[in-house]
Amino acid sequence: MTVRTVLLVAAALISVGLYGALSQQVVVMVMMGLELMLNGLILAVAGLWWFCAPDPSGQVLLLVVLAAMTVEMAMGFAVATSLHRLRRSDLTDTAADLSG
Amino acid sequence: MVTHLVFWGLAVVAVLAGVAVFVVNSMARASYSLALSFIAVGLQVLLLQQLYVGVLVILMMVMEMAIMAVYMNMFMGMNPAMMSMNMVHGARHALPVSVGVFLLLAAGALFAPWPSRRGSLPEDVTAALGTELMGPKMLAMAAVGVVMAATIVSGVVLAAHRTRYDRFGDDLRRRPAADPQPGGVGR
Repeated sequence: MTVRTVLLVAAALISVGLYGALSQQVVVMVMMGLELMLNGLILAVAGLWWFCAPDPSGQVLLLVVLAAMTVEMAMGFAVATSLHRLRRSDLTDTAADLSG
Repeated sequence: MVTHLVFWGLAVVAVLAGVAVFVVNSMARASYSLALSFIAVGLQVLLLQQLYVGVLVILMMVMEMAIMAVYMNMFMGMNPAMMSMNMVHGARHALPVSVGVFLLLAAGALFAPWPSRRGSLPEDVTAALGTELMGPKMLAMAAVGVVMAATIVSGVVLAAHRTRYDRFGDDLRRRPAADPQPGGVGR
């Protein structure tokens, strides 16, 4: 376990999440892709903290990432609920009002 | 040696469970795969001696994925247990883009000249984090608190079926309120 191997695993998690966020049609599955990317980010920050600078301010950054994750999830559920209520749909393709 | 083996075992579980999220045929299975991936990463964070954050990741994400599974059973248009979930668009571009990003990040991880450790590990990592949060980094936590409160309000506004604007009109002056079931005693 070195900083390189930890970051390699984090890169794999971020890439799998990116594939999901780009390719999935269902809103909740897109959210899962974003969550997976944040999962990789948590691992990368934790690894950098441990191997490069183990002082407490790095852990504060991790808590902020966790908070961002919570906000993403809560707002994603709220948007998906609203979308379902208004359009009876859970697909991103039916919510393309702002595209272009 | 044992730490290395455990780390690699958890890494394989985390990545394979992450891949399974987009491969399995049911949304409930997808959310539990994601939970498994989070648990593996949480355990890796524990291996990196961040006890508080590691436990927090595991507890938070298990609960979140449980909520997500219930949510998907409630709302999603497909049969959550049986139907195939091959619902992708632009997979032709998504796969090369994500492979390219992985190669780029992996090259950075493997070939960048990472510095050696600077500073020393605090004696009690969790206590040091608490002291930091209640001292010099209080602004960060105060900002997160405000963002969380704003999230609660916006989440309720977005998800609410009927709000006061539906009942009282855009200027809030309509009386009586337009309710689907008129209530009260005719006042």
